[in-house]
Amino acid sequence: MNNTNSMFARATPILFGALFLIGLVAPFAVYPTFLMKILCFGLFACAFNLLLGFAGLLSFGHAAFLGSAGYVCGMLVRDVGVTPELGIIGGTLAAGALGWVVGVLAIRRTGIYFAMITLALSQMVYFVVLQWKATGGEDGLQGVPRGHLFGVIDLSNNIAMYYLVFAVFCIGFFIIYRAIHSPFGQILKAIRENEPRAISLGYDVAKFKLLAFVLSAALAGMAGATKTLVFQLASLTDVHWHMSGEVVLMTLLGGLGTVLGPLVGAATIVSLQSELADSVGSWVTVIMGVIFVVCVLLFRRGIVGELQALIQRAGIR
Amino acid sequence: MEIFGVPSALLGSQLLVGLINGSFYAILSLGLAIIFGLLNIINFTHGAQYMMGAFVAWIALNKLGINYWVALLFAPIVIGALGVLIERTMLRKLYKLDHLYGLLLTFGLALIFEGIFRDQYGISGQSYPVPELLQGGVNLGFMFLPIYRGWVVVAALTVCFATWFVIEKTKLGAYLRAGTENPQIVQALGINVPLLITFTYGFGVALAAFAGVLAAPVYQVSPLMGSNLIIVVFAVVVIGGMGSIMGSILTGLGLGLIEGLTRVFYPEASAVVVFVIMVIVLLVRPAGLFGKA
Repeated sequence: MNNTNSMFARATPILFGALFLIGLVAPFAVYPTFLMKILCFGLFACAFNLLLGFAGLLSFGHAAFLGSAGYVCGMLVRDVGVTPELGIIGGTLAAGALGWVVGVLAIRRTGIYFAMITLALSQMVYFVVLQWKATGGEDGLQGVPRGHLFGVIDLSNNIAMYYLVFAVFCIGFFIIYRAIHSPFGQILKAIRENEPRAISLGYDVAKFKLLAFVLSAALAGMAGATKTLVFQLASLTDVHWHMSGEVVLMTLLGGLGTVLGPLVGAATIVSLQSELADSVGSWVTVIMGVIFVVCVLLFRRGIVGELQALIQRAGIR
Repeated sequence: MEIFGVPSALLGSQLLVGLINGSFYAILSLGLAIIFGLLNIINFTHGAQYMMGAFVAWIALNKLGINYWVALLFAPIVIGALGVLIERTMLRKLYKLDHLYGLLLTFGLALIFEGIFRDQYGISGQSYPVPELLQGGVNLGFMFLPIYRGWVVVAALTVCFATWFVIEKTKLGAYLRAGTENPQIVQALGINVPLLITFTYGFGVALAAFAGVLAAPVYQVSPLMGSNLIIVVFAVVVIGGMGSIMGSILTGLGLGLIEGLTRVFYPEASAVVVFVIMVIVLLVRPAGLFGKA
């Protein structure tokens, strides 16, 4: 075991370095908008995984953070006229604040109730967005300009936009990586494994859960705000509970509690959806459901989890 | 005639709509509570099963010529049997794992069912005629009462209370309650707990399908009718707590009425009032009104 762990530790910087380089050159090989979509959803799923994979809290309402940040960013950029980076920061802060409100309420219960409360509260956010005039109701927020980064760099160029999204993703990913590998991350794992014991060790469990929730919500918001700039649109689908389910699926498919799993899951689901959208139409929902069922019944470690297990087995032999 | 400056006919009809919604909340949260009690799983498919109950009735009427009264029995049996199949082949494999996997599995199933019906019937609703015997209405003096709507409330409440009676007062119910408390001991006493679990899931699902048939003539029969409802029912369950059968029934009815009143006095808030109440309950009494802490 120790041997394979140290092998992982040595391999990690190489793997991340390689991925970083791939990320840098990717827009010249693949359609940038597609990559930006993957990175936005990848960050969203990574943020969600921080909560479910490491703190063991299943939020079924993460769409509320993705969506509301998208709307806030869109309104800031389009209606107030701020620069895109301020729009992203504004959306992130708004999602973090919303995360604090939802978190304070939801951590009063555990397990299945936690999931139901987050779902119900996000549905409330959905209705507010639907009925409020400023959000454009059914139409959503259309025609959000990408603007000029720092007032200088024109983001209407897809390559420039891609590097902004890539930078945002790397910042978010780094924050999550640091959080997981810090004493804070260890405490979250302790809470996940055995909450009463964590309490008896003197940790203020509620405070740590809330902190994890706010962090996760804010990063989900960062993904949502960036996504709004990419597609120049904030729509109701981003706040709908289907989106909350989708992020669960991405994380589960990629590998719950693994560092890279959510990104792999997001890439798989996004590719699958764009691949299937033309050929099967409304069967996409059914296929997503089938993947869900298969993952839960047969494939609970997810893609990255299975790979890790495979490498570990090979290492022992 | 006016009450609080609102015409009594408007108030009465909105309260009736609230009562109908409340009956559906009650019957659905009751099913969720029974399933949760024994299986420790929150059945996310519940909304889809309610929707399928309505669709089975609609298909039975239009393709097979089966009338409403037969469908009221037929649809719950079909959907209940499907539930038994789901429990035997899938849910059973998850009991040893974290309860959250049950939620995720049933969520996936809900997506599958919803997607299939959406592909077949689109998102626009199909209408289901009110059965002949229950057409028309009576004038109560302060309001007009369509007979079918009265029947929905009576039928739903009868089924709710019958379920309460079976669980609280009969031997079968005693097994069920004992199984909820401690399945190992009940198994040791020679009762077939796995069979009891299968039966419970099938019954809970059948309740949802029954509600679906009741709802068919009131609402449009549409693939999305269940998912919109089930999230509100989750909030109802959080408010009531799943510890008590009677608690589920009363919470469901009460919230339906409050929602109806909101629609009269402040319509903009009617979609979110149940969620607002959930927030208040979580702040004041986190375990829920009837929950055990």
